[in-house]
Amino acid sequence: MAMKKLLQSEWVSRLVDVLLPVFAALAALFVGAVMLLFLKVNPIEAYKALWDGAFGSSNAFAETLVKATPLLLVALGICISFRADVINIGGEGQMIVGAIFATWVGLTFTGLPGWLVITLAMLAGFAGGGIWGGIPGLLKAYFNVNEILSTVMMNAIAVQLMNFLLRGPLIDPAQAELASKIPQTARLLEAFQLPRLIPTRLHLGALIAVILAVLVYILLWRTTLGYRIRAVGQNPHASRYAGIKVQRHVVLALLLSGAFAGLAGATQVFGVNYRMITDGSASGFTGSAGFNGIVAALFGQLHPILSIPASILFGALLVGANKMQRVVQVPSALIIALNGLVVVFVVSSEVWRRRRQKRRLAAAGQDDESSPHAGGEKSQQAETDA
Amino acid sequence: MISDLFSTTVLIGILASGIRLATPYLYASIGEVFGQKSGVLNLGIEGQMLLGAFAAFYVALTTGNLWLGVLVAMIVGAVMGLAMAFVTVNLRAQQGISGIGFYLFGMGVSDLLFQKLLGTVETVKGFPKIFIPGLSDIPGVGEIFFSQNLLVYIAYLLVPIAWFVLNKTTLGLKIRSVGENPDAADSLGVSVARIRYFTIILGGILSAVAGASLSIALLNVFQQNMTSGLGFIAVALVYFGAWKPAGVLGGALLFSMINSLQLWIQVLGIPIPSDIAVMMPYVLTILVLVAAVSRVRAPSALTKPFERED
Amino acid sequence: MKKFVWFMTLVLAFALVLSACGAPATEAPVVTQAPATEAPTAAPTVPPAPAKPFRVAVVMPSAINDLAFSQSMYDALVRIQTEMGGPGKFEFVYSENMFVVDDAAAAIRDYATQGYDLVIAHGSQYGSSLQEIAPDFPKTSFAWGTTVDTFGQPNIFAYEAASQEGGYVNGVLAATLSTSKVIGVVGPIETGDAKLYVDGFKAGVKATNPDIDVRVSYIGSFSDVALASEAATTQIAAGADALTGTAQMVVGAIGKAEEANVLWFGTQSNQSSLAPSIVVASQVYHWEVVLKEMISKIQAGTLGGESFRANLANGGEVIEFNPDYALSAEAKSLAETTIKGIIDGTIKITLP
Repeated sequence: MAMKKLLQSEWVSRLVDVLLPVFAALAALFVGAVMLLFLKVNPIEAYKALWDGAFGSSNAFAETLVKATPLLLVALGICISFRADVINIGGEGQMIVGAIFATWVGLTFTGLPGWLVITLAMLAGFAGGGIWGGIPGLLKAYFNVNEILSTVMMNAIAVQLMNFLLRGPLIDPAQAELASKIPQTARLLEAFQLPRLIPTRLHLGALIAVILAVLVYILLWRTTLGYRIRAVGQNPHASRYAGIKVQRHVVLALLLSGAFAGLAGATQVFGVNYRMITDGSASGFTGSAGFNGIVAALFGQLHPILSIPASILFGALLVGANKMQRVVQVPSALIIALNGLVVVFVVSSEVWRRRRQKRRLAAAGQDDESSPHAGGEKSQQAETDA
Repeated sequence: MISDLFSTTVLIGILASGIRLATPYLYASIGEVFGQKSGVLNLGIEGQMLLGAFAAFYVALTTGNLWLGVLVAMIVGAVMGLAMAFVTVNLRAQQGISGIGFYLFGMGVSDLLFQKLLGTVETVKGFPKIFIPGLSDIPGVGEIFFSQNLLVYIAYLLVPIAWFVLNKTTLGLKIRSVGENPDAADSLGVSVARIRYFTIILGGILSAVAGASLSIALLNVFQQNMTSGLGFIAVALVYFGAWKPAGVLGGALLFSMINSLQLWIQVLGIPIPSDIAVMMPYVLTILVLVAAVSRVRAPSALTKPFERED
Repeated sequence: MKKFVWFMTLVLAFALVLSACGAPATEAPVVTQAPATEAPTAAPTVPPAPAKPFRVAVVMPSAINDLAFSQSMYDALVRIQTEMGGPGKFEFVYSENMFVVDDAAAAIRDYATQGYDLVIAHGSQYGSSLQEIAPDFPKTSFAWGTTVDTFGQPNIFAYEAASQEGGYVNGVLAATLSTSKVIGVVGPIETGDAKLYVDGFKAGVKATNPDIDVRVSYIGSFSDVALASEAATTQIAAGADALTGTAQMVVGAIGKAEEANVLWFGTQSNQSSLAPSIVVASQVYHWEVVLKEMISKIQAGTLGGESFRANLANGGEVIEFNPDYALSAEAKSLAETTIKGIIDGTIKITLP
């Protein structure tokens, strides 16, 4: 009985909420263990490798954070757009275009001081992603073109644009001489590379992402603009009556969402690869961060601050899974399947959090005023921050 | 060179290959129309397609029975649909993201089974072309419309059937009402959960057949991730078609024919960089939609889990 | 506690579905081509080996069974292993599908940390990462392909395939066998190994018969099997009676060539098994030729700084004729003369 009382206490209750996705991920890994057994791989050994790969050493943890950085940046954009009830699945394309803009800045203004070029490049990345996100925004707001359709198409267009530019106008002069013509840009000058924080690959971009998470939180909950974006997402009709220009905010939400993805692309170039290279696909450059960032944002309950641990968790899974492939030689396909399971399990576990929340509200004698079918996470969010 | 594009060979080529290429989109998109009409967005199509493609291929290869392959693919698709329905209806999970989860799962598992059961790329003798007597001999038209394989014909038959079911039957009415106003439907005694289970499972089955149409009818091979984003285009086409089977048909044909056109442009040596040519279908699909400013809106309850107010 | 019951039900349901899917996997161990190499690290190596085995790690952009670029490396490693006397003498591990460049970089660094004798970065896109990692591990040897650039590092070997050579031979053959005087090429993206091969192929055709029209379509993807197949169909409709193509998505195109009874010329791996009736010949990479040279250098204490090239002369590239295809003696001897000509330098391939 004491146990029950403890479980009902506010603090424990919230803690359970936060840990729920972790439990769900563990349950998915348990199912994964069954699959590993079928592949005649010792699951304990495999998962030990996964853990080692993600958290086993300072270098491993740094790799996890490097992986988490673009996830977090994309997730921040997703927090904005999904709260405006705009589904942006164009993160891949927006990352690419942001990276192209930033790389162009880095390769063009070679005479300027490093800090200035880095700043300009990050802004260019922000702008490039913003344009790529803004176009579907305009199409949605003024031409009624569904954003899922346009962002899917824009992803494909961005990939071909990247291939075109990296094979032609932006190609590394050294490669242009060779018959094989590897599609990559020249390497950025050392002065233009994002400084590293510790002697690993961890770069300044990670810090930028965390600071931006706080800023996005402030934007969404402490400014009129943020209030309006959320209002448009909650109820566009009421917002319109309240005098909010719904169309303009839809465009803005997609534009900002794209801009953060664009910044993610820029930090990948300036912090990790130091040049753009294409293997012809989007994920070859983005590592699917434009996609996985959506997952991270939803793990983080569309909250910028919660997206930080969510991105780290997801980044850890991705980095650890690669290590697992190396150590126990499981086919990479298993790892993709495992990621899928984790996503499904974590998103399914939300139901318990919602139920608990409801019960808490009932206990507190409040009414859950938000509409019952307005995408659970939205309604609770208002609650968490109240 | 440009004038080469307007020869009859090219025209027939574009139409015939457009019709072929549109087949997997039709299956998958029509399945998705049912889902979305009932208020469920399934982004996991690609995963269901890949699993369906592998199941059909493996069964056809080992038993030599193509129909058994299609059947097994349908079962696999139904199981995936069932899992998706459980997660989105019972557990009320966010639909978009659980779809992404199922996509990754399907992609991984299909590849894993491919590696463990086959180990290498193989080919299978797929559905043969059926030449409709009389009609297939008509010059041009015959080649375009009446010399395809059976799964292609069935895909096109699905369009009127889907239209009929959605618009002229009680089931269709229920599906639409569940997608527009689940509360009202519920109060009238329609089981929102049951309808959504039905549409999601149907969507899974059709996506799996879409995959099968690739692996044992159109391409007759299986390779990891062979759908290469096709499932996402299929989702996009649902929006293009404004949730109407005929609209989806239009979108699928438009997209496929422009894709075929860009292949012809390259083959005829018209000097456009290949990347720009490949970009064409995506750009034009958006532009067509912009020009055709549509006022159709999405089913109101799309992506919203239903929860009875108690 | 009701929710936990639900939760466990969910877990169990998934486990059941999975075991249903996964069950047959264990019943078919025969299909894997080289069971011995499946898990070299997991199975402790046989003690009788006196010296410790030579250990190689490889990072590849696609799957080991893609019948193309990655498989050519995997097969080469398997052959070396057999030749050197099994996992006791030669041990290798791989990371496949490392198409994400920074994941590959992490893998390369990790392998280097684990003290492998040779770490192979099998993809031109990995160069930048290698340039950065190699100096941190001066005692480890790295290999980067396909390229000629060692970045002037003492511990990086570079290797490449002169894929234009095999492309040229295939081109000569195709030009001889084509009656419609139209030949089609299906490529992924116009770069790297694919570009070299295609350019070589075109040169071969032109050298044999300048009137033949070679039409190239790049489909903008390494994975879109459906589009590759449609590109082949388009080529055939446009009059091509001989086709070639490179990268892993061409398996779709080969099927279409077979359906239309149009000749196919393969590259990277032997593609005869896919369509025995129409595949004339395949250029196959035998990376073991360059790898063995590297290994002997490493064992002699040289860790890098040199660049190797697999070509027809050193056997790193082999034109494998399909025994099931009845190639006329004339055509075959022409191909063999061409091969000889390339080897002894009388035939010069000029690339654009």
